[in-house]
Amino acid sequence: MKQSSKERAIIILTVIPSIAGVAVFVYGFIGWTVVVSLSNWNGILPDYSFAGIRNFVEVFKNVRFIIDIFNNAFFSILFIGICVGAGLVLAIIVDQSVKGRDFFRNAFLFPMVISPVVTAVAWKWIFSPKTGINALINIFLLKIGVDHTVEFGWIISTIKLGPFNLALIPLTIAACWAFVGYIMAMYLAAIRGIPAELIESARVDGASERMIYWKIILPLLKPITLGAIIILGHISLRMFDLFFVMSGRGPGFITDFPSIFMYEATFRANRYGQGAAISLIMLAMVAVVIVPYLKISLRKGVAD
Amino acid sequence: MRKKILIYFFLITLLLLFFIPLYVLFITSIKSTGEITSRTMWNLPKDPNIEGFVKAWGKLKGNLLNSFYLTIPATIFSAFLGSWNGYILSKWKFPGADIIFTLIMFGMFIPHQSILIPLVQVLNSIGLYGSMPGLILTHVVYGIPITTLIFRNYYSGVPDELIEAAKIDGANVFGTYYYVMLKIALPAFAVASVYQFSSIWNDFLFALIVTQSPRVQPITVALANLAGSYYVEWNTQMAGALLLTIPPLLVFIFLGRFFIRGLLAGSVKG
Repeated sequence: MKQSSKERAIIILTVIPSIAGVAVFVYGFIGWTVVVSLSNWNGILPDYSFAGIRNFVEVFKNVRFIIDIFNNAFFSILFIGICVGAGLVLAIIVDQSVKGRDFFRNAFLFPMVISPVVTAVAWKWIFSPKTGINALINIFLLKIGVDHTVEFGWIISTIKLGPFNLALIPLTIAACWAFVGYIMAMYLAAIRGIPAELIESARVDGASERMIYWKIILPLLKPITLGAIIILGHISLRMFDLFFVMSGRGPGFITDFPSIFMYEATFRANRYGQGAAISLIMLAMVAVVIVPYLKISLRKGVAD
Repeated sequence: MRKKILIYFFLITLLLLFFIPLYVLFITSIKSTGEITSRTMWNLPKDPNIEGFVKAWGKLKGNLLNSFYLTIPATIFSAFLGSWNGYILSKWKFPGADIIFTLIMFGMFIPHQSILIPLVQVLNSIGLYGSMPGLILTHVVYGIPITTLIFRNYYSGVPDELIEAAKIDGANVFGTYYYVMLKIALPAFAVASVYQFSSIWNDFLFALIVTQSPRVQPITVALANLAGSYYVEWNTQMAGALLLTIPPLLVFIFLGRFFIRGLLAGSVKG
């Protein structure tokens, strides 16, 4: 839109509050957190004296943080893999149920409006040793006359496979339950966006349904898969509420994550410098995923 | 035909599995204390009662109200702010507008942990820490990226000629917004409002950090406290969880298509 310089000045003035808000609350605060992470502030009262990278060194030396990094890595891989795989399969199947499409899409999507706190309460019952799955199995065993009760710990099970804590499985299931519908909806929107003529002409050329999926639809969905991995990646790196309410850090940090460690270090133990350091490591991990994505989006936006 | 039946059978089976957590919430919430720890804990209640709901209501009604006091104003502010920003950044692009937009977008993805310490300091120094206005302000500011994105995408699809025409009729930037854009932006308002309503209502981290007193805390924090206490029965917890879920679920049932568009706006770059 063409605009005079006076108009332009007015326009810029009106968006300044929002830009300033984001500049201060996002970029300014991140800068401030950097200052805190480099300070000696590890008590109740602020102390901004310079400590160098000591907080970061201490965080990385802490066994708890190493466990957290492993837990988060395992969780992220499982969470992303399952959500993308199951989301794609669900989308393809739901897309074929022509009449029930909208109903099934919405039915699988509703966990997105359910608070992670609620998700945590429900799945905590399912995966607690005395209720849920164990109870179901034990009732079944009793019915068929087997004199044995299962007492597997699930979210408090301290069994490990190498560095992988089995207690992460219930958390992963709960998180996938919450997000798989979202990924399905992304794929479904993309599948519906594929021009019908493209599929029709392939059909005319004698392609089977399976060929149409493998050769036409799936390749066209690649950008969605990339987008889904990025979205799920940043969600999994900053997730807090579900973990915190469902299991907390767990015995021996089996279900601990950097987000929980950050909260406890900062707001329970008043170790602000360390909390800031952990949060910046989290930010760095998210930025690795997000910044290239935003750069591509920006370039595309300019090209439009 | 057989394939069709197979697909529906498969989908319905999956759906039943998918609804297990809701089934659990529902049946447990209407059971008596005795029945939730017995062998019948997976069964439908023999003698449904509202004991759990009465207890949950007693503990959470104030917090439920707080959630409304928080979510309604924060959603309205957020939507209007986004509608203006999106309008300017799509229709009155000034030099650097695209870069500013991208920089704003980054705010949508940051782990909020990385801004919590300064947030508490700043809210404290302006006297809003621990208060509802402080929490509203927090949600409005961190809601700017998503609402701006939703409206920018929406207005991008509006032909420039419409604005040219308004200009020829003598409308300036404000007039065009008021007489043209607001009138056609109802779907975008629905998308932004439904999306923000559900994310603010369900938020836990900001509420946990910014509000300390149970008198101010929204229901998410209060329910988490209930769930963390060993003295609270499962039926009370589950009934509380359902109380928390009802408002956003109603919004989803009646305005679901707008919510889905908001979700997709946040993921697929339009």
